[in-house]
Amino acid sequence: MEIYLPIADIPVNVFLVLAMGLAVGFVSGMFGVGGGFLMTPLLIFIGVQPAVAVASVTTHVAASSFSGAIAYWRRKAIDVTLVLTLLAGGIVGSIGGVALFTLLRALDQLDLMIGLSYVTLLTIVGVLMVGESARAIIRSRQGKPVELRRPGSHAWFHGLPLKVRFKRSKIYVSAIPVVAIGFIIGFLGAMMGIGGGFLLVPMLIYLLRVPTATVIGTSMVLTFLTMVSATVLHAATNHLVDAVLALILMIGGVTGAQFGAHAGARIRGEWLRLLLGLLVLAVGLRFAFDLVLRPDDLYSIRVLGRGP
Amino acid sequence: MRHAIAATLAIAGLVAAAPARAEQLITTLTNHRVLITSNYTGVELVLFGAIEHEAADPLRHGPYDIVATITAPREALRTRRKSRVLGIWVNTAARTFVDPPSYLAVLASAPLDVITNADNRRRLQLGIAGTPLPELINNDIGEVSNDPFRAALVQLMEKRGLYSEKPNAVTFLTPTLFRASIELPAQVPIGDYEVDVKLFTEGAMIAQTNSGFEIEKFGFEQFVVDTARNHGLLYGLATALMALVTGWIASVVFRRD
Repeated sequence: MEIYLPIADIPVNVFLVLAMGLAVGFVSGMFGVGGGFLMTPLLIFIGVQPAVAVASVTTHVAASSFSGAIAYWRRKAIDVTLVLTLLAGGIVGSIGGVALFTLLRALDQLDLMIGLSYVTLLTIVGVLMVGESARAIIRSRQGKPVELRRPGSHAWFHGLPLKVRFKRSKIYVSAIPVVAIGFIIGFLGAMMGIGGGFLLVPMLIYLLRVPTATVIGTSMVLTFLTMVSATVLHAATNHLVDAVLALILMIGGVTGAQFGAHAGARIRGEWLRLLLGLLVLAVGLRFAFDLVLRPDDLYSIRVLGRGP
Repeated sequence: MRHAIAATLAIAGLVAAAPARAEQLITTLTNHRVLITSNYTGVELVLFGAIEHEAADPLRHGPYDIVATITAPREALRTRRKSRVLGIWVNTAARTFVDPPSYLAVLASAPLDVITNADNRRRLQLGIAGTPLPELINNDIGEVSNDPFRAALVQLMEKRGLYSEKPNAVTFLTPTLFRASIELPAQVPIGDYEVDVKLFTEGAMIAQTNSGFEIEKFGFEQFVVDTARNHGLLYGLATALMALVTGWIASVVFRRD
């Protein structure tokens, strides 16, 4: 069944898009991430303009992270103070990201920057995740206990002023690195159409030493809030959010996430991280090939708009 | 200005031809309004035409040739060229085309170079090659001959099914009755389309008609586009609310405790 997307201006097969939503939702439920880093490339692959894909996926991620956040809220696994501090940076970051997105579009370099950001970010994060989880798997094979937090190790930013006590997470750190992390996530999220969960969770765990009990819930709420603000900003400035596309994606996404969560619960943490790391790395390499290989057509067209 | 000159010449040609030949061209389309709804996947319109001449006309009639040109609203386009910079492919050069038609179909009963000579083709702006595609060059507007960017634009538009030139798309049912089908792919731009039909015999244009049709988004599609364009903030808030509701419904439906 074909349906015509009003903003993307192309007809798509509803079942194909639903299936993509389900598949990405499954992955996102399994690993506790938003799945934007998979959805945006998939949409570009089926012919949606990169700009529309990025803007519409923000809406999709908003929905899936909201349903996740509600579940964690019921379990009281969300650190509200931490969310609000991260959000302060996140909103400023979103505004910056949307502004840069608009500027790059005008300079004909948006597609390149989306590609480059994906390659850099996904390759680095993928390599780090694969390395970390592989070490954890080897350690557990040798019978040593898996250590996630190394108590007593303090990074330079632990000496910064404006210390805040985040009660539920049981941490006492400066607000400055927290706001900075929020800014980075908001900025990349708006620019690349990703929720940033796969970046935020490791940052919270390894940099801020947030315990695993509150990390996923907190990340979900922040993802949800930054993605909602990115949706509104993209709609208001670039008019690129396709509500019909977003609705089909989110219906598939929230359903798939439920099955993914079941599957994820049966796999051990370090194996889950290894799988996610490999997936992230694969998407990153896919983008790298696109940038390095000679494109089929050196020319491309961008519509500037109706003349007088 | 070019258009004005071409039109004047076309009228002059028509007037000059009129006393010798009394052919009249009558054309109609199967539909003058195409509505894009959510199940739209492209449409085909049929152009019908008849050539009438006075019975008393002593001259030999025909054989006739038809060239129908369908153009969509014009919109500025930017054609970009990638080249390799530090090992990756980057858009390094671009040209702005001021007002190329967003859809251009040239349907004819024979190859254009058989129908009429090069001079006439240029003067009447026949075919894709004859269509002016002015570019913006340092705040000046002009045509660039043998421009690779122009060739790339035409090629990319052809690939998307938006530009086409078919020398055998017009079929004569009888020596004076013809039909041609206009294929409009799913991604055609919305707006007012012009249908220009020219009648040729022995290399000279002897009659011309102009008509048109309209493609518009309808109902829900129209509403979404209007809201997104004119009330961006409101549209964004509504979309965000939709995300909230979907997320909430999912958490209620799949609640596991």
